[in-house]
Amino acid sequence: MTALVIAEHDNQSLKAATLNTVTAALACSSEVDVLVVGNAAEAVAQAAAQITGVRKVILVEADFLADQLSEPVAEQIVVLAAAYEHVLAPSTAHGKNVMPRVAAKLDVAQLTDIIKVVSTDTFERPIYAGSAIATVQTADAKKVITVRTTGFNPAAATGGAGAVEKQAAQAGAGKSRFVSRELTKSDRPELTAAKIIVSGGRGLGSGENFKKVLEPLADKLNAAIGASRAAVDAGFVTNDYQVGQTGKIVAPQLYIAVGISGAIQHLAGMKDSKVIVAINKDPDAPIFEVADYGLVGDLFEAVPELVKAL
Amino acid sequence: MKILVAVKRVVDFNVKVRVKADQSGVDLANVKMSMNPFDEIAIEEAVRLKEAGIATEVVVISAGPTQCQETLRTALAIGADRAILAETDAELQPLAVAKILKAVCEKEQPQLLIMGKQAIDDDSNQTGQMAAALLGWPQATFASKLTVANGEATVIREVDGGLETIALTLPAVVTTDLRLNEPRYATLPNIMKAKKKPLDVQPVAAMGIDVAPRLKTLKVTEPPKRSGGIKVADVAALVAKLKNEAKVI
Ligand SMILES: Cc1cc2nc3c(=O)[nH]c(=O)nc-3n(C[C@H](O)[C@H](O)[C@H](O)COP(=O)(O)OP(=O)(O)OC[C@H]3O[C@@H](n4cnc5c(N)ncnc54)[C@H](O)[C@@H]3O)c2cc1C
Ligand SMILES: Nc1ncnc2c1ncn2[C@@H]1O[C@H](COP(=O)(O)O)[C@@H](O)[C@H]1O
Repeated sequence: MTALVIAEHDNQSLKAATLNTVTAALACSSEVDVLVVGNAAEAVAQAAAQITGVRKVILVEADFLADQLSEPVAEQIVVLAAAYEHVLAPSTAHGKNVMPRVAAKLDVAQLTDIIKVVSTDTFERPIYAGSAIATVQTADAKKVITVRTTGFNPAAATGGAGAVEKQAAQAGAGKSRFVSRELTKSDRPELTAAKIIVSGGRGLGSGENFKKVLEPLADKLNAAIGASRAAVDAGFVTNDYQVGQTGKIVAPQLYIAVGISGAIQHLAGMKDSKVIVAINKDPDAPIFEVADYGLVGDLFEAVPELVKAL
Repeated sequence: MKILVAVKRVVDFNVKVRVKADQSGVDLANVKMSMNPFDEIAIEEAVRLKEAGIATEVVVISAGPTQCQETLRTALAIGADRAILAETDAELQPLAVAKILKAVCEKEQPQLLIMGKQAIDDDSNQTGQMAAALLGWPQATFASKLTVANGEATVIREVDGGLETIALTLPAVVTTDLRLNEPRYATLPNIMKAKKKPLDVQPVAAMGIDVAPRLKTLKVTEPPKRSGGIKVADVAALVAKLKNEAKVI
């Protein structure tokens, strides 16, 4: 049987999370198709067709799919799922929004946030904010899965030669209506795709300090900026910066935690980073337990000094 | 308008859970249990809608063993009017809970089902979306603002790139994110009052719902441990390590 990957995109570009999901799908089946649901998303379908390992791309377009609301998107997937044993989406806000709906309609369990494919019906996934890893086996014939992207390497974005096949959309706009979207504009790398992340916590003290102290460091390193929940709650930065159990899961080459204590919920989102640096004035802060390199000191002195030294 | 709120009893978020030596699960003996933090937010939101004169009744439901009554009493102390325990000692997975919620919604006919986006034990993030699908209702997950007017719920949702606003025709399901509100503490007089509020126990076995688990946990293990790092003396030493040892900059 074959596997279907739900592409993550904004109608214009294919998001990198799709690539890691293709790798997970290839661990389930050698025949992997990608589904692009949206509107005027031809460029996305063409990009998906280039991914190494992808057999074909199904493109379903309609104006009521433009904003990728959960109800109509789930309808499209449910119908196409008939031909597949595995249906996988990245564990993004969109994937998490839609896939449980798909699973319920198919009357099957859903597997959230898999980090490893053990066999075609057995998977590993973290539970309790990553304090434990469960190996779970599903009894359902159809497997509806969200993939934690940090658990799988990205498939090569080019080298494939899949065909793009257009299919008509299932009717039904659903009972929800798109009103507006307010996206954070930034020239920095995307948090979940960045090689280096500089992350700030309550210790920064204000949004102004985020700009004054952290941004120069991020600029020097061409890094994305992340934050703890406390920093987001205090209004220093917006919610899409949050790293952790209930925010974004990241695993960059280098994660620099500044003024972050290291609560389990924060660690859940970054402890698989390759190298972790912590800068904190409290020598007993739990963040030091996961840090490869810890610097005990006042961040307002250490960070500007670091910027100078780089 | 009636609001139904689903609450789950989970290991308290401050507890550091331990994996059992025989890999059969995590050790739950003598561990502090609390209401799932996202569900506290769900109740707070429902109670605020009642205080604003938009909701007329707030009903809370929990599915699980008899100890969930404690969790329900907490919800009643925050301000819910009455509680339902769908009682079972069996393991419940999100699809089963969603089926129970569907049955209760069909009976209670709420206009809104508010619940947490994620239970902090299984970290599934599924039940609300599943319940919405089974009921054929629209959904707004990860809500950071909820307004109800003219038969519609308008919800600001936290999405990966920022925020998104959608409007749902009622009845609908809303799942809460952390910034929706800050739940109040239950005061002692309200805790006393909550003891007298109605709590209806309904055995799941009598509901005629298939709640058999679909997922079997083969084993539960410790995550790989990071090998202990070092503390560096100063910024210069840190830069040297990053350049020469870790080679990441
Ligand atoms: C259900 C639930 C889900 C959650 N999900 C998340 C999540 O996804 N992500 C997340 O991050 N949190 C999450 N949390 C919150 C988490 O429990 C912590 O409260 C939060 O991570 C703390 O953030 P912080 O480290 O910035 O703040 P604090 O814990 O207040 O730490 C601030 C640190 O800054 C240091 N500091 C202060 N001033 C300076 C200075 N001048 N120089 C150097 N160091 C300084 C202090 O020593 C301290 O260690 C969640 C909580 C709950 C209940
Ligand atoms: N046993 C349960 N009883 C009542 N509500 C539940 C139960 N399990 C899950 N929920 C609700 O579903 C939400 C999401 O849980 P989950 O899908 O398990 O992450 C929780 O925040 C609760 O609101």
